[in-house]
Amino acid sequence: MKKLINHPDDVVREALEGLAAAHPDTLRVNLKPAYVVRADAPLAGKVGVVSGGGSGHEPLHTGYVGKGMLDAACPGQVFTSPTPDQVAEATAAVNGGAGVLHIVKNYTGDVLNFEMATEIVAEDGIEVTAVVIDDDVAVTDSLYTAGRRGVGATVLAEKIAGAAAEEGRPLAQVAAVCRTVNANARSMGIALTSCTVPQVGHPTFDLGEDEMEVGIGIHGEPGRSRSVLRQADEIVEMLAGPILDDLGAETGDQVLALVNGMGATPLLELYVVYRRLHSLLEEQGLRVVRRLVGSYITSLDMAGCSVTLLKMDKELLRLWDAPVFTPALSWG
Amino acid sequence: MGRSGVHAGAVLGLTPPVGITAPGWTTDTAAAWVRACARVIAANRNYLTALDAAIGDADHGTNMDRGFAAAVEKLDETPTGTEPSAVLRLTGMALLSTIGGASGPLYGTFFVRMSKACESKAELGLGDWAEALDAGVEGVVFRGRAEAGDKTMVDALLPARDALRAAAKDGLELAAGLAAAAAAAEEGMRATTPMVAKKGRASYLGDRSAGNQDPGATSAYLLLKAAADVWG
Repeated sequence: MKKLINHPDDVVREALEGLAAAHPDTLRVNLKPAYVVRADAPLAGKVGVVSGGGSGHEPLHTGYVGKGMLDAACPGQVFTSPTPDQVAEATAAVNGGAGVLHIVKNYTGDVLNFEMATEIVAEDGIEVTAVVIDDDVAVTDSLYTAGRRGVGATVLAEKIAGAAAEEGRPLAQVAAVCRTVNANARSMGIALTSCTVPQVGHPTFDLGEDEMEVGIGIHGEPGRSRSVLRQADEIVEMLAGPILDDLGAETGDQVLALVNGMGATPLLELYVVYRRLHSLLEEQGLRVVRRLVGSYITSLDMAGCSVTLLKMDKELLRLWDAPVFTPALSWG
Repeated sequence: MGRSGVHAGAVLGLTPPVGITAPGWTTDTAAAWVRACARVIAANRNYLTALDAAIGDADHGTNMDRGFAAAVEKLDETPTGTEPSAVLRLTGMALLSTIGGASGPLYGTFFVRMSKACESKAELGLGDWAEALDAGVEGVVFRGRAEAGDKTMVDALLPARDALRAAAKDGLELAAGLAAAAAAAEEGMRATTPMVAKKGRASYLGDRSAGNQDPGATSAYLLLKAAADVWG
């Protein structure tokens, strides 16, 4: 294992200390328990937007704390859900009296820990609504699985729900907007190499030189199938096909396209991917109205990419374009 | 772990009735159990992580080890009073705030519910233990919404609960009951190998999860085995 770390056990804490030192105007970091809040929290009368999950997906979620997006993020250990006390304290720290939205990726651990946190803060009279994100079409959604995983749509939901909260909308409306994003977004990814968890020290899985894992998650958990390595254009078709099938997009629909790097894939390659995705969507008669290309929800040092499509309407467009000032997403 | 399949009957036959000085678990026994859990989890840290790497996300051993180390640290610095329930509660709260993942809420709930079930008892006999395990397992099932056969820790915990219930009904010694529970958990753990996971991260694999022993069922067995060893 070759990593820029001091000791594997200190990675998460030291990264948080670095984040605090790098962005003092945007956010504050609490270490015991670990959570990140925007510098001006809590804001009276504003709905708080809180997310969280295992570390190792940076910039998700800590890099999205700031005006116009998340009020707080709760980072767990690498690939491990945060604990209930972290989420409960972060929720209390951003509660401005208008309630708090929890944006939770659909993993058993995340759901359970956020659920317990909600029970804890309910005792203090803090109203919480949770929206669970489950956009990964690689996982069959049935009674026989934990349901679809939350992946790329999480970034879009955090931005758009964050904008709705910033406008001063009530909790029920902020939650409704978040659910709309989840309902209209689908994702799928592939891995070219495994990631290596710092505390484990060796790759989570083995992939041959000529192999790729199709339908990969963001924790190094295996995907839908293993396949012979293909060229970029063909890979884009393998990802876009299931997404479009499931999304039910029709000619003339407007979409936001996210091409996301898994951590170790250069932007050069991501634009090769975006090139084919863009032409493919146009061939389908879809209008790409917004696009995002880069590493936004990663899996440590995994090489690979994911594609997320979100069907847009006027409202979502306006909220997407609203100003945002976070370490990883900033405009307006 | 290096243990080959131990038959429940063999364990029963080999376990002498002990705990002569006291009829049941005291605060000290409960604390000894938690320390034994920490030791056995630390010793099996890499094994649990390897099982998790096959069908999950390769963090079960690391997380459990961190959790039980924190529980022991809490035990070291807190006077535990005269009731085993205080030890169990402190352990559950430590696990809740340090493990993370799905295991944190599940094992945290397990110990906290066990604690609630034996509140205000100075000693836990077989009947008390059976009631506590009942409550703990019910808490795990409630929190995780898993059923028997889903390839989770529940597949080790349910048989252990049933074995302890049966032992209480048959009027066995506590040592024999705990040994039977551990043996049932081990059998349940082994039975997860051919199962297709329906809960947790392993369920994403579909049929590919079959052929791997469940890491959660394995850690559940290790905890119950530690209980039997502490009192055996």
